[in-house]
Amino acid sequence: MINPHPGLPELQYVKPTTLAEASKFLAEHEGVARPYAGGTDNFVRLRDGVLKLDYLVDVKGLEGVNELSFDPKKGLTIGAAVTMNKVATNADVLKHYPNLAQAAQSVASYQLRNRATIIGNICNASPAGDTIGTCMILGGVLKVHGIDGFRDVPLSSFFLAPGRTVLKTGDVVTALHLPLPPKGFIGTYKKLGRNAIGDLSIVGVAVLGYPLKESPSGFQFRVALASVAPVPFEALKTEAVLSEKKISDDVIARAAEVAMESVTPIDDVRGSARYRKYMVRNLTREAITEVWKKLSK
Amino acid sequence: MNYSTITLTVNDLVETVDVPQNMTLLQMIREKLSLTGTKNGCSAGECGACTVLMNGEPVNSCMVLAAECDGAVITTVEGLAKGGKLTQLQEAIIKSGGVQCGFCTPGMLISATALLKRNPHPTDVEIREAIVGNLCRCTGYVRIVDAIKQTSK
Repeated sequence: MINPHPGLPELQYVKPTTLAEASKFLAEHEGVARPYAGGTDNFVRLRDGVLKLDYLVDVKGLEGVNELSFDPKKGLTIGAAVTMNKVATNADVLKHYPNLAQAAQSVASYQLRNRATIIGNICNASPAGDTIGTCMILGGVLKVHGIDGFRDVPLSSFFLAPGRTVLKTGDVVTALHLPLPPKGFIGTYKKLGRNAIGDLSIVGVAVLGYPLKESPSGFQFRVALASVAPVPFEALKTEAVLSEKKISDDVIARAAEVAMESVTPIDDVRGSARYRKYMVRNLTREAITEVWKKLSK
Repeated sequence: MNYSTITLTVNDLVETVDVPQNMTLLQMIREKLSLTGTKNGCSAGECGACTVLMNGEPVNSCMVLAAECDGAVITTVEGLAKGGKLTQLQEAIIKSGGVQCGFCTPGMLISATALLKRNPHPTDVEIREAIVGNLCRCTGYVRIVDAIKQTSK
């Protein structure tokens, strides 16, 4: 819908000072209030009229949301209000989770990444979310504050449908926690857009691989696909192909075929379902080959 | 409609403004402060015509609420030239022919100014990546990239 109106619909801006206050407010205004960090998805929806809200609840001042820290024993914590640019340029992220920096860097433009957040990308639950797949295969767990207090939700069980997650009224995601990455892992994120940079993904493929003695192939791979199914998902059948026997170009080609068979893309303005299926195959093959080459050194 | 009173610094001047809570930073700059250099292109955070510096970093001002800018430091295109003297980048973009209709130019200048501050000698790829969020329908970008390159020497 192209109807550029500079203004937003009538709404109120609320800035709670504590998580308890925020969850209470959201719960008391069910359906008409939403957490607001960068707003880069919500503003578009508000202007299009597909989202109707009475309140934007600014979460950028709440406990823990601005944290970006790495603990060498526990892993990485990304607060809900930490922008994509901050994540993409952080020294610890670049050192320990370079594929996450790469995925964050692939989103939109520099200006947008100064407002957009990783947690927002996750909570928006678009099947095209660029950072979601990488966070999933890195074993991400969300820290959520609701009217009953804190709870942890692993990303693997977070998404229900396009735009729908397990979050309930009153919930505010405060942080994403990524455990220590597997030793010796190599990861990459391959994104196909209508242009070289800046577009939403037509297809997104996140792959990571690491040496694993117990695996028949000697390696464990994790593959997550974006924009080719109702939710970003981990392609378990593809991963299995890369575990069952010694890896070769033929095995990688077979894994890519399995990825193609496992997706259910739709036709939309960015590409047809048929095109997406072939591109999933090609990008998966490229991504696995790239990771495999680096692992084999 | 609820209002918020905010105090912020815009182009080195402290302003106190009453804003409706659904007003964007872009609308406030243009309508309340009469700084019309910053443009509205897409209202969706995609074209970059509304780019301003907020606390030193480029943002799409159509995607920021004015109400949340209490205490912020904003620089618009009007704030680049100090004392009426154009910056090196502004001179370069005029000289290189990187301005045709001029609609993208304010946003381009802000993005490029921020780029050169954080990366004084960017490669061509780095320049193009930095302005990916500033769309231009007229120039084909080459002369804009040239101007930024010239300024970075």
